[in-house]
Amino acid sequence: MMAFSSLRSVSVDLNHDASLLIDIPDALCERDKVKFTVHTKTTLSSFQKPDFSVPRQHEDFIWLHDTLVETEDYAGLIIPPAPPKPDFDSPREKMHKLGEGEATMTKEEYTKMKQELEAEYLAVFKKTVQVHEIFLQRLSSHPVLSKDRNFQIFLEYDQDLSVRRKNAKEMFGGFFKNMVKSADEVLISGVKEVDDFFEQEKTFLLDYYSKIKDSTAKAEKMTRAHKNIADDYIHISATLNSLAADDMTANKNLNIILSLQKVEGRVASDQDLKLTELLRYYMRDIQAAKDLLYRRARALADYENSNKALDKARLKSKDIPQAEEHQRQCLQKFDKLSESGKKELTSFKGRRVVAFRKNFIEMAELEIKHAKNSVTLLQGCIELLKSN
Amino acid sequence: MATSSERSPPPFPDSEDQDVLDTEEVRGRDSDEDEDLFGSPSTSPVTGMDTTLTSDVSMKPPSDIMNDPLIEPMSSQTENKPASEPSDDFFDLTNNVSVVAAAATKSDDFVDILGSETGAQRGEVVKADVTVEATIDKSEVTAGITDPLSQQEAKQTSTAPVIDLSGDSQPVTSKIANPLVDLFSDAPPAAEAKKPSSANVDLFDDEEGSDIFAEPLQTKPAKQLQKSLFGEPDEDVFGEPLGAISKKPVPKEQKEKSVTTKVTAGGPLQDSKPANIFSQAAASTPSVTSTVNSKSNGVHSEEEGDIFAAEATVELSLDSPRNERKKEAIAKPSAPTPTSLPAAASLTKPQPPALEELEEEEEEEEEDKFDIFVSVKDPEKIGDGMNAYMAYKVSTQTTLPMFRNKTFTVRRRFSDFLGLYEKLSEKHGPNGFIVPPPPEKSLLGMTKVKVGKEDSSSTDFVERRRGALERYLQRVVNHPSLLQDPDVREFLEREELPRAVSTQALSGAGFLKMINKATDAVSKMTIKMNESDVWFEEKLQEVESADQQFRKLHALVESLVVHRKELSLNTASFAKSAAMLGSAEDNTALSRALSQLAEVEDKMEQLHQEQAANDTFTFAEMIADYIRLLGAVRGSFDHRMKAWQRWQDAQSMLQKKRETEAKLLWANKPDKLQLAKEEIAEWWVELHRWGAGRGVGRDGRIALAAWC
Repeated sequence: MMAFSSLRSVSVDLNHDASLLIDIPDALCERDKVKFTVHTKTTLSSFQKPDFSVPRQHEDFIWLHDTLVETEDYAGLIIPPAPPKPDFDSPREKMHKLGEGEATMTKEEYTKMKQELEAEYLAVFKKTVQVHEIFLQRLSSHPVLSKDRNFQIFLEYDQDLSVRRKNAKEMFGGFFKNMVKSADEVLISGVKEVDDFFEQEKTFLLDYYSKIKDSTAKAEKMTRAHKNIADDYIHISATLNSLAADDMTANKNLNIILSLQKVEGRVASDQDLKLTELLRYYMRDIQAAKDLLYRRARALADYENSNKALDKARLKSKDIPQAEEHQRQCLQKFDKLSESGKKELTSFKGRRVVAFRKNFIEMAELEIKHAKNSVTLLQGCIELLKSN
Repeated sequence: MATSSERSPPPFPDSEDQDVLDTEEVRGRDSDEDEDLFGSPSTSPVTGMDTTLTSDVSMKPPSDIMNDPLIEPMSSQTENKPASEPSDDFFDLTNNVSVVAAAATKSDDFVDILGSETGAQRGEVVKADVTVEATIDKSEVTAGITDPLSQQEAKQTSTAPVIDLSGDSQPVTSKIANPLVDLFSDAPPAAEAKKPSSANVDLFDDEEGSDIFAEPLQTKPAKQLQKSLFGEPDEDVFGEPLGAISKKPVPKEQKEKSVTTKVTAGGPLQDSKPANIFSQAAASTPSVTSTVNSKSNGVHSEEEGDIFAAEATVELSLDSPRNERKKEAIAKPSAPTPTSLPAAASLTKPQPPALEELEEEEEEEEEDKFDIFVSVKDPEKIGDGMNAYMAYKVSTQTTLPMFRNKTFTVRRRFSDFLGLYEKLSEKHGPNGFIVPPPPEKSLLGMTKVKVGKEDSSSTDFVERRRGALERYLQRVVNHPSLLQDPDVREFLEREELPRAVSTQALSGAGFLKMINKATDAVSKMTIKMNESDVWFEEKLQEVESADQQFRKLHALVESLVVHRKELSLNTASFAKSAAMLGSAEDNTALSRALSQLAEVEDKMEQLHQEQAANDTFTFAEMIADYIRLLGAVRGSFDHRMKAWQRWQDAQSMLQKKRETEAKLLWANKPDKLQLAKEEIAEWWVELHRWGAGRGVGRDGRIALAAWC
């Protein structure tokens, strides 16, 4: 069980009006469940109270996301990506391994490793809370989505939402739907795009998506390698420590290595937080944008299909008004989608740039800070060794 | 024992003072102490004699000899002095020679004359049984006087008689007397100056007054005189042990005495030699009074003296049962040196090499006194296919006078390095020295190089090996005794080396080595040595644990390097993908930022790679070096253990023989008794031989202490 508080959102630019402020000040981890305390501060009249908190679980977030996606009216919007499921398995597994390998390590090494794992665990935990918070903040900052009834219920209802977990059939259905969707995507990709803007966006996003996916994978690998190095430093410092038991001069090296390890570890985790998370988030975001495009393309295909149906009906002089009606509806829907999609995509682009800039700046600052730290450390080390 | 060795340094401050003193004063002192020296041994029991002897002998000789050389060449260089003083005579000897020869070529001629002298003396050795000692003295003296080059010869002659002596000598009695004889035989060079009344004086008077050694007849009587002189104490000592019958105390005392002799022997040897150098130097530089000059002279002679001492140690250790003690005597003073350090440090006057300086040097040589720097450069592949090998340029820069040039370069291949190690470890390993190990042979790495792929791993390998070889050589030349080894010098200097064949992994020699190793391992397990020395026990454990730790550390650092390389790879791929992302990005500012990020990551990748390389070369390799070195340290422990084992064997054998002798004595069987006596003598020698094993241990201790 683990609790922590006062997290601040880092990565996404959101919500400049104060009418609806949401944050997750507190989270509780119980075995595999994570309970988030969602705190809302609002001036909107649609809420009964200006300030309230409710407990929510990860599944509730997923439910909210799904309902938003399924709502027909929001087809033209980029629905913020659902937060990923909290993954505490890897640190837990590592912890387990560490416990098994305890005999092979010195006590000091073990405690160090344990501390490191705890820190990692905490970082994962923090990250989890953060992505959930961001999801809500994006919803609240969206002019349309923030008015959503389900969203408001999610925020306000102070009982357990007790969302029904997806059963196996639904899971399978979801999987099947995904299959259909991707097949459909391939099918309708042949449909001629009528709007240059969307055409461009589509190619850009597809390209961008693959690139950013690649980068994310690489960045993840890089941070993992960095963490490995930090772990190596732990072992080395522990060994030096035991050597120092025989020889006092090694003591200083030891301290240096220890702090080096800290710096390296911090670099790794910060890089992970700033860069990888950013990329990861935007990977999901782009997926959402792609979904929007898909929905629009779907609408376009529908419109064209209805056009064809209308033509056919006219040819047969049968059900003309019905077909006309359908065609008009499709056109309307498509237009609406196009319009809001355009707006959404533009804002998405702006948002992306801003977010990247912010994260890059933060990352650079942190890197500089760490680099300075290690430089002073090493200089101190050199001086120490020289003075001996 | 300890006191004697500790005391041995102090003369030097004295001698310093005396430098300034008048010759006459010195003489006065000399004679005083001479009386001491001779008065006590004859009257007091053996033990008492011990102490007095130790102090006096060890105190006196250096100062004496040192003073004279100093004063002589300085005050009256080419002047012939009246033969009023033995020590003067000694110097007159040199002066005579210098008169004969031109001032510039003095030293050379000197050597010649003395060389022939030695020959003459050796002839005498054959003639007179007892005079052997005297001759040894002389040869040692001459050794001291002769040039560094002829020194070795002289030394050989000196050691040879010693061996002969011990070999020739009869049963227990003479054996017991042996050290005593030795004591005197060794002492005279030092003490000769102090014994105006002894035969030695005559001897030297003869030498001096007439044309050196022109009258062997005259010297002979002198020696006989000496003999009778020595005969007295001989009998004395002899009588004591017999009366006591107890066997153990006797050897002990003897040993102690032999220590003292050795100390003195060490003194005069070292001292007389530099004196010569000094006179040489004085000859070449007439303005001896200038401090700078004489100082440099001092430095010179210091080194020479050291060389001499070191060589003497090595050679003696091979055959002399007393070497152990001698080493101890040499080594021990290094402990009290701090006290004498200030004196040495405040050396502003011209002074010949003082013992303390020598010791101090021995202690400090690890730091910077050895002015030699060896580098291994320019690995070059020679030949093709499987017969290809890497040759390295070995450049040496030195100011040591033992080398002909200041800088020189030779080409050596890897197996030459291994061959050097083989030779060194064979020679010095059993003496308890830690011979620095070279890098291991690597079939895989070398095959790669041989195949000739110019990839990074093979250049990496060659560079690694080059660094390891350089460190190895540096370690060898920084070792005071190893540097003196002719093989090392040859390795550094000679153009062509005979190919080292035994280093090939698959050769017959390699196979033999493997078998030897296996038997060693077995015997190591069977030898159960109850460690008597806590210090060693501690050190052994320390080394074991350090070895383990270093191994672990090495593995960790290796994994660190691997991870770092991984990181650099990942960074590189991320940089690439960031660049791609930048090109895909349609926002120009962001695109630029991304491509800059890519650039930065690229640089970081380079840095990571560099760091990985540095980790390997400076950290991992160093640790690997130390692991190897620890192996060598353990090897010296093993040697010590083996020597101990043999010593034990010899001791028990001797015990048995003695029992037999006692039985025979009881049974009154004179013929067999003689045989038994001879056997005992044999085993006595053997016992001492392996008693030297303890010296191995001590050496190991010194080496270890230096290493730590």
